[in-house]
Amino acid sequence: MDWSLVFGNAAAELISPTTAAYALAAIGLAVHFGYTGLLNFGQAAFMAIGAYGFAVSVLNFGLSFWQAIAVSMILSVLFALILGIPTLRLRSDYLAIVTIAAAEILRYVVSTTSLKDLTGGSSGLSGFATEFYAINPFPTGNYLFWPFDVTEKELWVRVFGWSIVALATILVLLMMRSPWGRVVKGIREDEDAVRSLGKNVYAYKMQSLILGGALGTLAGIVFVLPRAVQPGNYVTGLTFFIWTIMLLGGAATVFGPIVGSMIFWVLLSLTEGVLQGLVNMGVITFLSTDQIGPVRFILIGLGLMALVVFRPQGIFGNKKELQFNV
Amino acid sequence: MSNQISVGDASPGCQKVDPILVADNVSRQFGGLTAVDVAHVEIPRGKITALIGPNGAGKTTLFNLLTGFDKPTTGTWTFEGKNLAGVASYKVARLGMIRTFQLTKSLSMLSVIENMRLGAQKQAGERFLAALIRPLWRAAENRITEQAEELLKRFKLDAKRDDFAASLSGGQRKLLEMARALMAEPKLVMLDEPMAGVNPALTQSLLDHIKDLKSNGTTVLFVEHDMHMVRHISDWVIVMAEGRIVAEGPPAQVMKDQAVIDAYLGAHADIDLGTVSIKIAKDDN
Repeated sequence: MDWSLVFGNAAAELISPTTAAYALAAIGLAVHFGYTGLLNFGQAAFMAIGAYGFAVSVLNFGLSFWQAIAVSMILSVLFALILGIPTLRLRSDYLAIVTIAAAEILRYVVSTTSLKDLTGGSSGLSGFATEFYAINPFPTGNYLFWPFDVTEKELWVRVFGWSIVALATILVLLMMRSPWGRVVKGIREDEDAVRSLGKNVYAYKMQSLILGGALGTLAGIVFVLPRAVQPGNYVTGLTFFIWTIMLLGGAATVFGPIVGSMIFWVLLSLTEGVLQGLVNMGVITFLSTDQIGPVRFILIGLGLMALVVFRPQGIFGNKKELQFNV
Repeated sequence: MSNQISVGDASPGCQKVDPILVADNVSRQFGGLTAVDVAHVEIPRGKITALIGPNGAGKTTLFNLLTGFDKPTTGTWTFEGKNLAGVASYKVARLGMIRTFQLTKSLSMLSVIENMRLGAQKQAGERFLAALIRPLWRAAENRITEQAEELLKRFKLDAKRDDFAASLSGGQRKLLEMARALMAEPKLVMLDEPMAGVNPALTQSLLDHIKDLKSNGTTVLFVEHDMHMVRHISDWVIVMAEGRIVAEGPPAQVMKDQAVIDAYLGAHADIDLGTVSIKIAKDDN
């Protein structure tokens, strides 16, 4: 059993593009829930819009890399409007119900056989990232050092993904420190009070839904760049992983989701590696190697429960500002 | 009996010399229950008007209707001549008619100063794209902060400037909510039970603040159960019972009105309820 491999794999998750994608989606969710108080349970749908909007634009309509991103963003805004127009005037619970349903509808639509020519049906899409790798500025070779050693392609997708995370962080920080951020935080606390002070609460909630959704869409694009688009990835479980990450780091923080995503992926990799090692060495006899996958999620779930009990504001959160109390 | 506020004698729904708010046929039904049924009412400009009545008389519902927080079954009303029926609550506030709530709505997880800043109007940085460009709103922010600090000082909350509103006492939250409403420099302030739950030690300063508003030219309309407050600071009293306006007039006159005694004071008509709170205030000192 090579323990350095286990720890190396876990450490590599710190900068993996998947970690970046989940961090980005969680920043979007922090805009929704942590700052504005919107209960969005459909962040997976915004990610799916990024993935499919991008891949379909490239594969079926021959659009360039940047055009495909623009199309995804437009679709994301439209989706936010469709979700928001009927629900944002109602109590916050309705948004939760509508988003979770809309996310499932979207997943069923993209995996249906009648749309196979467009979305690839249940087998999904691949081969859409050719142009992305063609514009890779890094020459062929190996980069960085153990355990982060990567090829030029892997480096490019990491640099791209984390740059977007950095830009999103700056954007959200600026927004939340502005008077606009003050109004949305006020809405989180009590929307009637904010309304009584002459603010158009509905418009602010819509703007917040669009902003956080757009970050989710970018996350969807970053997520699929190093892999194929698979409809099975956009299940409700994805949304709940994003929620876990956001709460882990602190809902009303910008850096929280990033660190939350790192911890989440490192722990998943570490528990898998360690459990696998222990089973192979015969230390753990009551588990088979196929059972390890689900067991690590049980462990993560226990960890989240402990977090909610002992540190409800998340790792970076201010206990006075926001607790896990919805 | 004549006075300077109404045209002719004071009677329910009487015409005012200079009304700021005029409502006609405002009614609100919840199923079979008629919560509010006001044929005509005018609120005098630049005065302190008290809206009193027993529990369930429809005072808060009338507040909600007039400020756009609830939709009436029938009715129209104008504020400074502008028709307000069907206008969204935030637009009502922007016109200069700002309300507070019976159950205080201080934004607990925002600091006191942020609560205050939120009350200001015309901050360009509250727009989505402008928010990103600080030079567009920095000057306004400085002006707003200055105004907020001044108000906090007046309301003796300046020591709490950077604390979360959640850490304030109930009475301090009432003060904060009132101060926040003033950030908008409203023409009409509608206070829903400003004294409810306030420590008697704070009552006097709250009363003074309300009187200050009047001297600054702001019109005040408030709902209150504390007869002492009604008697001592209001220029005009409107009495509601079962959704209707049953009496209006100067406080001294209204307190003697048989309709008011029947509807509101009931069996305790001969007790000055005000003395109770004064006595408690003295005991506290």
